[in-house]
Amino acid sequence: MAQYIIKRLLLLPILLFIFSIIAFALIQAPPGDFITSYIAELAASGSQMEQAQIDALRAQYGLDQPMYIQYLKWMGNILQGNLGVSLDWQKSNAELISERLVLTLLLGAFTFIITWAVAIPIGIYSATRQYSFFDYFFTVFNYMGVATPTFMTALIIMWIAFKYFGASVTGLFSPEYIAAPWSWGRAIDLLKHLWLPALILALDGTARLARIMRANLLDELKKPYMEMARAKGMSEWRLVMKYPVRLAFNPLVSTIGWYLPLLFSGSLIVATVMNLPTIGPMLLRALIVQDMFLAGIIILIYCMLAIIGTLVSDILLAWLDPRIRFEEE
Amino acid sequence: MTVKQQSVPPISGGTPQPPLVEDEVSGAFVGLAQDAEAIYVAPNWKLVWWRFKRHRLALFSGIVIIFISTIALVPAFFSTQIPHETSATQAFIPLQGLHFYDEDGFNLFVYDMEGQRNPTTLMMEWVPNETKKIPLRLFAKGYEYEIFGLIPTNIHLIGLANPESGDQFHLLGTDRLGRDQWSRLMFGTQVSLSIGLVAVIMSIFLGVLLGGISGYFGGLIDLIIQRLIELLQSLPPIPIWMALTAALPRDWSVEQTYFAITIILSLLGWTTLGREVRGRFLTLREEDFVVAAQLIGASKRRIIFRHMVPSFASHIIAASTLAIPVMIINETFLSFLGLGLRPPAISWGVLLQEAQNLQSIALAPWLLLPGLAVIITVLTLNILGDGLRDAADPYS
Repeated sequence: MAQYIIKRLLLLPILLFIFSIIAFALIQAPPGDFITSYIAELAASGSQMEQAQIDALRAQYGLDQPMYIQYLKWMGNILQGNLGVSLDWQKSNAELISERLVLTLLLGAFTFIITWAVAIPIGIYSATRQYSFFDYFFTVFNYMGVATPTFMTALIIMWIAFKYFGASVTGLFSPEYIAAPWSWGRAIDLLKHLWLPALILALDGTARLARIMRANLLDELKKPYMEMARAKGMSEWRLVMKYPVRLAFNPLVSTIGWYLPLLFSGSLIVATVMNLPTIGPMLLRALIVQDMFLAGIIILIYCMLAIIGTLVSDILLAWLDPRIRFEEE
Repeated sequence: MTVKQQSVPPISGGTPQPPLVEDEVSGAFVGLAQDAEAIYVAPNWKLVWWRFKRHRLALFSGIVIIFISTIALVPAFFSTQIPHETSATQAFIPLQGLHFYDEDGFNLFVYDMEGQRNPTTLMMEWVPNETKKIPLRLFAKGYEYEIFGLIPTNIHLIGLANPESGDQFHLLGTDRLGRDQWSRLMFGTQVSLSIGLVAVIMSIFLGVLLGGISGYFGGLIDLIIQRLIELLQSLPPIPIWMALTAALPRDWSVEQTYFAITIILSLLGWTTLGREVRGRFLTLREEDFVVAAQLIGASKRRIIFRHMVPSFASHIIAASTLAIPVMIINETFLSFLGLGLRPPAISWGVLLQEAQNLQSIALAPWLLLPGLAVIITVLTLNILGDGLRDAADPYS
């Protein structure tokens, strides 16, 4: 087990290296750089910049150097814990991202808990009572959940809340807490706002997970050991919970690997629509104004979250299923 | 050495299965095909079709998809107005209900909308004027357009009964520029559906090519391609797509952006199909009929394209059908965020951009309707894909 985990952890730096190159290539891809779009912005408002000034700015941010030197500098700084400065906000990236990152993770964690807490009972119910009314109901619900883009759900709920309750359900804090330092009141206020976006985000994942759980469990329920246990007089509830449900968990755990990245990057769109202070809307803005260092860091964070998701699911799976650990060794 | 011969050995390999008649699924084949003889000689696609037909919901979804595809082929025929036409005096008109009956029996009409300025908010408020009917008719004359850019005509599915009257009607209301939402939705269907299709076709191309190479040759090539797939699959798709689409030059034409977006979507989208194809290749490579073809001395190309590809074509079709809705949703995401297609292009995502914040939805909730088109299309494509996937393996 330990060997397996170490093997996986050793892969991390390699993956990170590749991802950092991809992230850097992505932020370098747009024609021009931040200075070009800054000049265009200035020109639009009627003012101009001297060529000397432009060159000075480029030199200051190291934009005049060859690509690989820019990359090495960028990566070197990140490894030393210096995430660089946002050209757009004129603040350090670490300062801009830190709170938003915490909120992103919190939103993700909440969504994840809701998804599993709802999807597993639905999956078990649908499989044990196949073709019952609620099985059909959940099947329809699942299809709808997968087919409805999360931002549509968010928009519809925002509209309903506004139209029938007169409430504006955007943001994660009440106005008086937005800029306030952390306190009990702020944390409670956050929880009051967090559940709705988490629920909206969970709909999509719940639908997928419940379908997977149902299918896995149905496969297990047909196996001969079920007959055997029944013949010995084991109660149905205990039987289902003790063997097939546990076995059906394995494929479900392997979904964490793709569900977590999907969750974090999926929350990006809902966060934009609902105006949540997470890293998603910040990435969108950074990309549009070509604030490349900020965009690069956020993309790298998303990649990190994706790697961690895969890692967690691999380790959990190895822990749950001895066949996997022994096969690797 | 044709495809038909595979109907005797089961695809899954292993020991020969008992006659198909005995298992639950093929029991229905017998009902349809009258006798077991027909099953043994039926070609693969016929078995798939028999099995697919039993899935009523999938069949129904297929019909809905055919209908939506028809709209995508000739959107102008279904539209009622030129989609780009703006009219400042006609902004934010709500839905105008289509009426089929009045006291004289069948009669197609809508009630005229009258605008009144609210004295406190100074907003225009539109109310139907039930005393004035605007008569409509099917196959009415409207603006000129060309079917497939070839046949000029001015016939539309629905339109004003007397176009000279100068009346206006907007079945799904109008947006902030007074553009007719129904007509825009029709044109958006063309773009959104085709972008999904083109992106999936490119994914199939990449997936079948690389997955096939990986599965057929194995060894080092397989290892490299598998690592590449793993790497691409561990990338968070939405931020990567956003960064790539944000990098597209702003001055590109609508067509250039369109193709760039399909390429960007398929760049990460081929991996699932690639894996599927590789898995199929690996199992098929060991099948008797492939070994037999090799022994006879058939060329590699002949074995791949004549023997292997036909036997997993149905799987590829099913997997692609399930991939199209994913692409459609992704394009909608990107355009909705303002990174995908940009006006003057019309896609469902571009239309939904009009309903991006609470203010606009509170003012004009009907602007959310293009979302319904997304949901219906994705839903029916998913059901159709599931039905095809279940039917794709007639021996399971």
